[in-house]
Amino acid sequence: MPFLELNNIYKSYGRGASRTRVLSNLSLSVERGEFVAIVGYSGAGKTTLMSLIAGLIMPDSGSVIVDGKPVTKPGPDRALVFQNYSLLPWMTVFDNVHLAVVQRFPHLSRADQKAHTLKCIAMVNLAHAAHKKPSELSGGMRQRVSVARGLALDPQILLLDEPLSALDALTRANIQDEIERIWQADKKTVVLITNDVDEGILLADRIIPLSMGPDATFGPAFTVDIPRPRDRKTLNHDPRFRHIRKDVIGWLLGPGKRHQNASKPMNIAPADVSSPAILSMGGYA
Amino acid sequence: MKDRVIQSIIDLVLLPLVGISVCLILWCAASALTYDSKAKRSILPNPADTVRASAKYLVAPFSHDEEQGVDGLGLLALQSLGLVMKGYLAALVVAVPIGFMLGGSKLFTKCFDPIFQILRPVSPLAWYPLAGVIMVSVKKTYYAGADATTWQCILTIGICSLWPTVMNTAVGVRAIPQDYLNVAKVLQLGRFKTFTKIQLPAALPYMFTGFRLSLGIAWLVIVACEMLSGKAGIGFFVNDSYNADDYGSMIMSILIIGVVGFLLDRLMSVVEKNIDLVLNFPTTVRHIVSFVRPEKRSQAHAVS
Repeated sequence: MPFLELNNIYKSYGRGASRTRVLSNLSLSVERGEFVAIVGYSGAGKTTLMSLIAGLIMPDSGSVIVDGKPVTKPGPDRALVFQNYSLLPWMTVFDNVHLAVVQRFPHLSRADQKAHTLKCIAMVNLAHAAHKKPSELSGGMRQRVSVARGLALDPQILLLDEPLSALDALTRANIQDEIERIWQADKKTVVLITNDVDEGILLADRIIPLSMGPDATFGPAFTVDIPRPRDRKTLNHDPRFRHIRKDVIGWLLGPGKRHQNASKPMNIAPADVSSPAILSMGGYA
Repeated sequence: MKDRVIQSIIDLVLLPLVGISVCLILWCAASALTYDSKAKRSILPNPADTVRASAKYLVAPFSHDEEQGVDGLGLLALQSLGLVMKGYLAALVVAVPIGFMLGGSKLFTKCFDPIFQILRPVSPLAWYPLAGVIMVSVKKTYYAGADATTWQCILTIGICSLWPTVMNTAVGVRAIPQDYLNVAKVLQLGRFKTFTKIQLPAALPYMFTGFRLSLGIAWLVIVACEMLSGKAGIGFFVNDSYNADDYGSMIMSILIIGVVGFLLDRLMSVVEKNIDLVLNFPTTVRHIVSFVRPEKRSQAHAVS
């Protein structure tokens, strides 16, 4: 039985004439311990997809199932690492992570909570910066704190929402390695959303393209059968890497793009609006 | 470096002195225009006359002279400040929860925002009699020992200084980034923790702007309250010296009202700018504790 399942997910935003269907008929099965990467255009609804899995928003129709149970709200089994870090600027690195630890393990002793916090910070190699504020850190360090906060929840699924898109190439490579190391060590289920095909292939067991929005939908899944550990230095010359890369980019630039052009103009049937979004974009409900 | 020092001396000392001098000259000119040739003096006192006339209230600014019935201007200002603080703090206690409800609940906003918008522009002079009615009836019905006039002033100050804090808190709550609220949802923080760990710290800078503006209003209102009530204080003193034809003291007390208001505003903006220290209070304390207990630190170093 798959650990994480998306079944025929539809999601629209807006009302009346301005209603736009963002995601259309998404289905996906992820096994326990699998590393899946979803690549797609920016604005395709990748963050919406992540919010759906995290339980921050509900689909118009379809369901998200984790470990056999439908997702109705955020839960400690799924940790979302936000694209824009979303660290609380008035707290130190330690406090940001500690907040998650205390919330997840309220019954641990104070000393154990502190130890777990420090362990998570150490996992992303930030022990030296634990007492610093987010504003004193570089973008890469901030994203590592965000990852540490996700790990602190000890989730079954780690949801990484374009965690590296705002970082420079060298920092990206560093954190990619760290993400892979953490995944290998803990064997958590990971869903990574990215706009970088190479990153997806480097890290994932399976890579799934998402077509251009609106009305974005999944393309065929590509299994990345390159043995680990994968060496980024030689990967470029690996024929399997080049093959997968060609296929994924081919789909994204071909069917994944045409799909969008074909679906214009948007005429959306009055879809199921019985489950209103709990989260309006940018608004405070 | 040297240039910057000179520049800041010019900016902070010389240029304000120029402004003050211009105003003093205009003041002297206005004083000269009101010269009464029969009385051989100006009706509007010039700066020197002002200082001379108010000297007896300034030599011992914080003392009370029983024999002459002279209160120092500083003492009067402190009396006024005491009343302002009571009304102001009461206003904050009421305004912050209202602001949070206004910012956090659309239903609450729809119900009460129109009323707030109508009450907000009402002048303190208009609230004062209503506050009196309320306080006198409270005194009659519930608590005969109450000092109704004092409570009337406090209530008036409270109502008038409510609004900036209410409005700014509401704006601050609405401005909390959705990201932070998503963090609260993903971490499954409860209502109370979402409030204390996310909403309150995120809205605090806006709230402090409200606090500062509210304090300014409270200080404006006290003068009106004292004039209407006859309660001793710097505001009453303005009116009192006007009635006693002691225009010099009147002008001096106006200046002191201005200076106190300015200092209050400065004080609040210093707090506002150092909001980090307020927010980090627990962390700061922790740092100090770990500094005071160095053996714990050295142990940590030994491990790492």
